[in-house]
Parts: sequence; structure tokens; C-alpha cells
Amino acid sequence: MPDSRTSAITVQLVYLARLREAFGRAGESLTLQGADSSVGTLLAVLRERGGNFGLELGAGRAVRVAVNHALVATDARLGDGDEVALFPPVTGG
Amino acid sequence: MTVRVQTADFDAGREIAALRAGDSRVGAVATFIGTVRDVNDATHVVTLTLEHYPGMTEKALEAIVAEALTRFDIFDALVIHRVGTLAPTDQIVLVAVTSAHRGEAFDACRFLMDYLKTRAPFWKKETTPEGARWVDARASDDEAAALWEPPSGPR
Repeated sequence: MPDSRTSAITVQLVYLARLREAFGRAGESLTLQGADSSVGTLLAVLRERGGNFGLELGAGRAVRVAVNHALVATDARLGDGDEVALFPPVTGG
Repeated sequence: MTVRVQTADFDAGREIAALRAGDSRVGAVATFIGTVRDVNDATHVVTLTLEHYPGMTEKALEAIVAEALTRFDIFDALVIHRVGTLAPTDQIVLVAVTSAHRGEAFDACRFLMDYLKTRAPFWKKETTPEGARWVDARASDDEAAALWEPPSGPR
């Protein structure tokens, strides 16, 4: 039985560019259980899937994260309904 | 400020005329146009496809232009960036800045491009005779953008 004080949040993931191809999808909904709802935790959850998630989000890989259209660091906290985008370093211009 | 992300090509002359129209304070207009090359990393480029993140890309460009308007003594600035599939010699991006004098206009134009290259959510994918590949970000772009930061030192 879940502790009534434990919060779960659901975020909308968006995968862009090479990551979309590697993950095989443009995005997905993901629910994080527990009190620790940081970007770092989210990335760890995705890495645990293994395969291309483990590869692309592993140590030494440069992945950028934006929450609701603003770049954030891995210690940023997530809120219910947030749009979280993962993408490679940008190459515009 | 004018910021546009579009698939259509742009007419630089027309955009510059609109930017400075009726503003007799303007003594200088600095512009930059980025175009598609046919060779990258010694490989022939057949097409270049530009992807963006709708919603965030426009906001990021607006923030970069807003910063330029604060940092430099300029009157106005515009950025038009194309997305979609382009071919060698096609135009990709237009940056234009107006000011009273050339120093600030040149500097702001350079700044806008250096920040766009490292902060604006666009990604390039090339098709080559060997197949398609995503372009990697360049360390030289990060180094150029870093030159605009104040030097860090002991507090």
C-alpha cells in the first residue's frame, strides 16, 4: 500500500533529433514515484531500461535537458505535468 | 525585435529594409547570412535537414535577441532561421542589427550568431552518398560563445 505522503508525478517526455531515432519514439508519458523528482532521477530511470536509453544517457554522453522550454541542470526539480525534452548539443546556424 | 522560424526562403534586402524603415537614427546595419555548403568533414553533402523544437526554439531566439538589445548599443535586431530540407547554396539563417555606429552593430551581430550556434534548439542532419548522419556540435562554437562571458576570477 503506497504511503499517502509519497507523491507521484507524471511528466511528458519529448525526444528530439538523434535521440528520437535512438529511442524509437518522439516522446512518452512517464510517472515518477517517490519524493525524489529531479531531472537526475528521471535520467536514471530511463537509463535503467538499457538498450539505447542506457547508451545515449550513460556516463560521458552530452545530453541537454529542457523543462517547459527552459534548459535546466540535472538537479532541477520536476513537477506534475511538466514537459521534459531531451536533446543532443544544438547545431543550428 | 523580429524572430522567425520558417521553411520558406527569405529575401535579405527586403528584411533589412523593413528592419530599418523610417528610423533615421540608424547609421549602421550589420548582417550575417548562413548558407548550406556542399562539403562537411570531407564528405559531400547532398541535402541538409534542419529540425527544431517548436515552442522552445522561438523562445530561445527571442531571449538571445533580448540579451543583445541589452548588452549592445543597438536599435533593433532580427533573426530568421529556416528549417526543413535544404540543398547546397540555400540560405539557412539571416541575422541583422541596426545601430548608430558600426562597432556595436558588428559586435552584436557576431554575438547573436555565436549564441545562436550554442543555445538555439536546432539540429542538422546531412544526407551524403554514404547515407544520412547527424552533424556533431563543434567545440569551436562553444569556445566562441564563451568569449562573450565575463572572465571568472576570485570573489
